Amino acid sequence: MPFLKKLSALLMLAALGLLSGCNAVVMKPSGDIAMQQRDLILISTGLMLLIIVPVIFLTLFFAYKYRAANKEAAYEPDWDHSTGLELIIWSAPLLIIIALGAITWISTHTLDPYRPLDRIGENRGVPTGVKPLEVQVVALDWKWLFIYPEQGIATVNEMAAPVDRPITFRISASSVMNSFFVPALAGQIYAMPGMETKLHAVINHPGVFDGFSANYSGAGFSHMRFKFHGLANADFDKWVLATKDAGGALDRPGYLELERPSEREPVRKWATVTPDLFDAIVNRCVEADRMCMKDMMALDAKGGLDLPGRSNLVSKAAMPPVAGAVVGKPARTYVASMCTVADPTGTASVAAQPL
Amino acid sequence: MFENLDLTKLIFGRLSWEAIPFHEPILLVTFAAVLLGGAVLVGALTYFKVWGYLWREWFTSIDHKKIGMMYMVLGIVMLLRGFADALMMRAQQAVAFGDQAGFLPPHHFDQVFTAHGVIMIFFVAMPFITGLMNFVVPLQIGARDVAFPFLNNFSFWMTVSGAVLVMASLFVGEFARTGWLAYPPLSGIAYSPDVGVDYYIWALQLAGVGTLLSGVNLLVTIVKMRAPGMTLMKMPIFTWTSVCTNVLIVFAFPVLTAVLALLSLDRYVGTNFFSNDLGGNAMMYVNLIWIWGHPEVYILVLPVFGVFSEVVSTFSGKRLFGYASMVYATVVITILSYLVWLHHFFTMGSGASVNSFFGITTMIISIPTGAKIFNWLFTMYRGRIKFEVPMLWTVGFMVTFVIGGMTGVLLAVPPADFVLHNSLFLIAHFHNVIIGGVVFGVFAGMNYWFPKATGVKLDPFWGKVSFWLWLVGFYFAFMPLYVLGLMGVTRRMSHFDDPSLQIWFVLAAVGAVMIAGGIAAMLMQFFVTWKNREALRDHTGDPWGGRTLEWSTSSPPPAYNFAFTPRVHDNDAWWDMKNRGYKRPEQGFLAVHMPKNTWAGIVLAGLATTFGFAAIWHMWLLAVVAFFALIVTTIVHTFNYKRDYYIPADEVVRTEAERTRLLAAHV
Repeated sequence: MPFLKKLSALLMLAALGLLSGCNAVVMKPSGDIAMQQRDLILISTGLMLLIIVPVIFLTLFFAYKYRAANKEAAYEPDWDHSTGLELIIWSAPLLIIIALGAITWISTHTLDPYRPLDRIGENRGVPTGVKPLEVQVVALDWKWLFIYPEQGIATVNEMAAPVDRPITFRISASSVMNSFFVPALAGQIYAMPGMETKLHAVINHPGVFDGFSANYSGAGFSHMRFKFHGLANADFDKWVLATKDAGGALDRPGYLELERPSEREPVRKWATVTPDLFDAIVNRCVEADRMCMKDMMALDAKGGLDLPGRSNLVSKAAMPPVAGAVVGKPARTYVASMCTVADPTGTASVAAQPL
Repeated sequence: MFENLDLTKLIFGRLSWEAIPFHEPILLVTFAAVLLGGAVLVGALTYFKVWGYLWREWFTSIDHKKIGMMYMVLGIVMLLRGFADALMMRAQQAVAFGDQAGFLPPHHFDQVFTAHGVIMIFFVAMPFITGLMNFVVPLQIGARDVAFPFLNNFSFWMTVSGAVLVMASLFVGEFARTGWLAYPPLSGIAYSPDVGVDYYIWALQLAGVGTLLSGVNLLVTIVKMRAPGMTLMKMPIFTWTSVCTNVLIVFAFPVLTAVLALLSLDRYVGTNFFSNDLGGNAMMYVNLIWIWGHPEVYILVLPVFGVFSEVVSTFSGKRLFGYASMVYATVVITILSYLVWLHHFFTMGSGASVNSFFGITTMIISIPTGAKIFNWLFTMYRGRIKFEVPMLWTVGFMVTFVIGGMTGVLLAVPPADFVLHNSLFLIAHFHNVIIGGVVFGVFAGMNYWFPKATGVKLDPFWGKVSFWLWLVGFYFAFMPLYVLGLMGVTRRMSHFDDPSLQIWFVLAAVGAVMIAGGIAAMLMQFFVTWKNREALRDHTGDPWGGRTLEWSTSSPPPAYNFAFTPRVHDNDAWWDMKNRGYKRPEQGFLAVHMPKNTWAGIVLAGLATTFGFAAIWHMWLLAVVAFFALIVTTIVHTFNYKRDYYIPADEVVRTEAERTRLLAAHV
């Protein structure tokens, strides 16, 4: 569509002129997905301006021309219908929406965050043999945890990725809804407790970019921000090594400690991570005595535990209050696990049961 | 259960002195000012002995015109509160950069933006819309009142009841810190254990009863009480949009009631519909609330489309262009509004096909909406446009609304929404359509029908000042937000690190101050109108050269609206009557059968407010007492058989003779 290309180039110029002097990251992103989303914004806006500009012009022009003081202008008080004109005023928006609808259908599928990338830039396919970098993202109150299963490391409030290598994000949350958003990289996707969402993206330019939660999540929300580092391959390896040098291991008790609400958390790094931690977070069974959601669902799919299931509950005092929180938070209740790797006989859950 | 019964707890629940914000100077001063102002008002009302008048003529009135006007007053009062919240947010975001924390800590800021959204939608926009429909619809269809006059009074007071609870949260306890739709899990008991969300739930539930009942009432009124000859395709366009809006209300509000009831069960009795554990799923809440929430947008905007249609045709001195296509467009929008709700959460991980479906249905709505805009445009074409205040608002709307419509369609493209969702671009978009559409429309309607309601035209000078301040203020306040959205700035932030953003927020704050000026000018307009009421008085009942039936009666209309039920032959019924040389009947009047005022509405709503307050604070004794009082009062009211009376024929004769005299004196 050369016309649209030209139009979008023109709009681009206008937009850049308008936004010069400010850093409009959505209009000037550094990742291929965000770039395609930017183009889509420009093309759609261009298409709509085809009808919006004439409407605004005609409104002002008619308002001026047919003002009561202008006795020269024609006046037809009973003219209220014209089939031809009505056809035009219904079909003009219709045509634009048909065009836009087609663009929407195609782009929604090609830019579906769940769809693995088939290119890393315009006319640049994914190089053969390059596997996407997997990053597991967990939104905590109020900080971001990043787990790199391939590298076996974890960080809080800082993430890095090599330039031009596809990234696969697996995203979840610990408590409330957040939205994972790095505008320079790609559009956002919600991070929700007990659920996993996915995002595929690639960063094309080295640099440090802002990432944050785009969905309000409580008191510490405004500072739930992190830096996203786009790094050349060698620099990324160095960053991984540096993270490993930081030492420490993120295990289940460590995660439960980390999960507690805190604000303006500094960057933290761990050299190793318990391998199934993300899976346990998504299934809400980081606590050793807690039944995983997938097991619960498997049980329910087979008919459930029926009434005995009601006694299989663990009640715990609420987490220790944080500053500013209201005292008297109710106890947490969850379904106890039957048995776990650490506790194959299920004694922990029996002990935890209320009398 | 009874062995450790704590009497204080039973009576006061969670309410204690802690709930009164003694430690918050801003709130305390406001509280003191409100108490003082309230005392002065009550004192003045007592001194001038107007309590009896207010009670007899207004509070207990079942006259749809008076109830409509009370809705408008409620809307204006709550607009002042909601706008104060807006000013605080703009001020906070204009200063809270880097080391400056601003004056609102998150604990307050989060309440302020939640309250702003809730108040502006439920207690400003909704009362304005309901008020306009209440006042205008029976007059436009040639009826003497609505179908269920008592229900109308009750609906109004239930809306007030919700507003009272929201206002109470300012001084007793606190409001929700969840955003205006209170998504769980954040709004669940685990993350919002205090009273804020309970205030939210009960305020919306009580006001929701009012809205739903008034929706049923107006729908029945329009279906059953149209003047003879007024077939569906001869109804004035405002009445058409009111039909569609009330259909939307009747089908959408029960969903809100149900979803809030489920949320209260989660919060009060420990069910797990929307919690994280034990099988709860917050996505269900998000779906349900938007199945109400999207039609709600059209509930607000359809009636103002009707207002603009009436205004543009009246002030262009022309028939509305494309009446039939306008009606079909309205109906199509009504139906489609139920098929788009998912576009509010494209970013929550639905598949590409689902997202495209909802994106495309959303875009399709812009086709009938576009047709409407063109219809207004071609109504102006070859007209003789008089730029009175209502017409100014209309032209302002047409220019502003299409920009908001364009950004809306842009947000309906899912991949574009992924980068714009929850950003200030989104905030700019919906303020663009709500201010540029709903608010402008309400003000157009207010200026248009004020002379009908009071017999006095609103002062045009201050009306124009108000219009220009609003219009320019709107562009200053929200165009920077579009830019900030493109800079990747998200909504609901109480503090920013990047100093390069500040200039845009300062511009937006300037815009907010201009809008504040616009509101002040509107209050000034009321004052000046009251002062110059004799000069601005309209004796004809038809000050604008109107086209529909409401302009055929006197201003203000008599209690019975029409001495004789008009006969309709055209969709511009009054215009048609004037063209055919209609003569006002001057004799042969009969007694008029009318409904009687009742105390029941305000008393029931008062008890409901008490019940809501008690439920919020877990004051179970009071809750039980209030609930039983509510039931008993309802039953007692059903035994009230003195519900109607006749306005005697000679009183009708007197009223009509007075009008004849006035008309003769002001030809």
